[in-house]
Amino acid sequence: MTPLTLHAGDIAIAAILLVVDAALSIGLRLRFHRALAIASLRMVVQLLAVGYLLRYVFAGHSPWLTAALVLAMSLVAVREVAVRPTRRLVGGNAIVALPNVLGVVLLTACFALMTAIRPHPWYDARYAIPLVGILLGSILNAASIALAGVLDNVRQQRDAIEAQLMLGATFRAATAPLLRRAIRAAMVPVINQMAAAGVITLPGTMTGQMLAGADPVDAVKYQILLLILLTGASCLAAVGTAYACMARLRDDRERLRLDHLR
Amino acid sequence: MSLFVEGLHNHLVGPFTFDVPAGGCLAVTGASGTGKTLLLRMIADLDPHEGRVTFAGIDRATLPAPAWRRLAALIPARSGWWADTIGEHFAPEHEVEKRALAADLLLPGSLFDRPIEEASTGERQRLALIRALLAEPRLLLLDEPTASLDPVSTQAVESMIARRRASGTTVVWVTHDAAQASRVSDLALQMLPGGVLGA
Repeated sequence: MTPLTLHAGDIAIAAILLVVDAALSIGLRLRFHRALAIASLRMVVQLLAVGYLLRYVFAGHSPWLTAALVLAMSLVAVREVAVRPTRRLVGGNAIVALPNVLGVVLLTACFALMTAIRPHPWYDARYAIPLVGILLGSILNAASIALAGVLDNVRQQRDAIEAQLMLGATFRAATAPLLRRAIRAAMVPVINQMAAAGVITLPGTMTGQMLAGADPVDAVKYQILLLILLTGASCLAAVGTAYACMARLRDDRERLRLDHLR
Repeated sequence: MSLFVEGLHNHLVGPFTFDVPAGGCLAVTGASGTGKTLLLRMIADLDPHEGRVTFAGIDRATLPAPAWRRLAALIPARSGWWADTIGEHFAPEHEVEKRALAADLLLPGSLFDRPIEEASTGERQRLALIRALLAEPRLLLLDEPTASLDPVSTQAVESMIARRRASGTTVVWVTHDAAQASRVSDLALQMLPGGVLGA
């Protein structure tokens, strides 16, 4: 089966829907037409730019270019993770987010490329870049929920944590409930995603492949592999981020150091 | 089990230097916000600070922090609770002693089955004291332990601490009540504005 190619004219026809939205916004005074126009333009420009960039990278077969792109994408994800919580660690949330996001995405991407997917060469940009992109999306979610779960709750949990420290509990024992709650919350989206897949939602990757002409069962196999990878990466990122963040809020005398929080 | 405190200070208060003999009670009085609570937190090693604390001949720095805090229990003015019911905050092996201490402090035994939100401030204060005493600490750091209590319960707490002192437990007792300070302690220091101790 050959994928159906879209032409600019086909997309322009679909864009009539956006014009209808804008008309509704103006007619009903919903006042979102300006934001809608800006967002639509951004979407088209950003995606076209990335399309041409990827075409160039895929054709070049340069592992260095691929590595540079992976690094750049990871750094944007680190920034997103760092800014989500309302609280900041002294020294910046990136000191926790950077090693976790980068470590987990490299580990899971290399694992998948060398075992399940096996392109030639294994770092082929056509496989590596989309895989890293989708992994980063899940890692970003899990890491930022875990980080916010610790940073935004530790202050109000201070009395409960210190009460246990005063009774001679170790810092690890006193903060375990808070850590567990943060990690569990971070795992909810990816577990929901797996539970809903195929019943409530048709996941994006497989929908895209089917629209492009792929066999449904082949598309589903890919989707299963991806969901397993996403879940594995999310869990590693949530655990790593929550523990690393908590470690920043203690010292060698097992004190709760809220002065390390801004 | 004497307590020696030498040059204890942080960027806000101190330095504090004093000692309390074994089984003695030092009362620390003074206006709110002068640093009485900070002093207790520093002795319990809960905030970063400089200075030396020695208790029963043991230099605090040689003990891991959790071991030190089991020896020197701080009972804060605002107690913390981490589980849903009151009973979950107490180790099951202390069941009998727990009920005996509760009766001494005029608390009903049925209180332990209730959610923590249902306990009044005064009940929580006494429950936190029981929770700390069950671990048999040798140094008690009390921060306004009777602040929310009626006179009868206050009397019960004071007698309980007196019994602990009789068996050798050393006490540092922060109170804003000068009458209580003279009742319960054999030496008293006043926290002056600026975080220094005066006689």
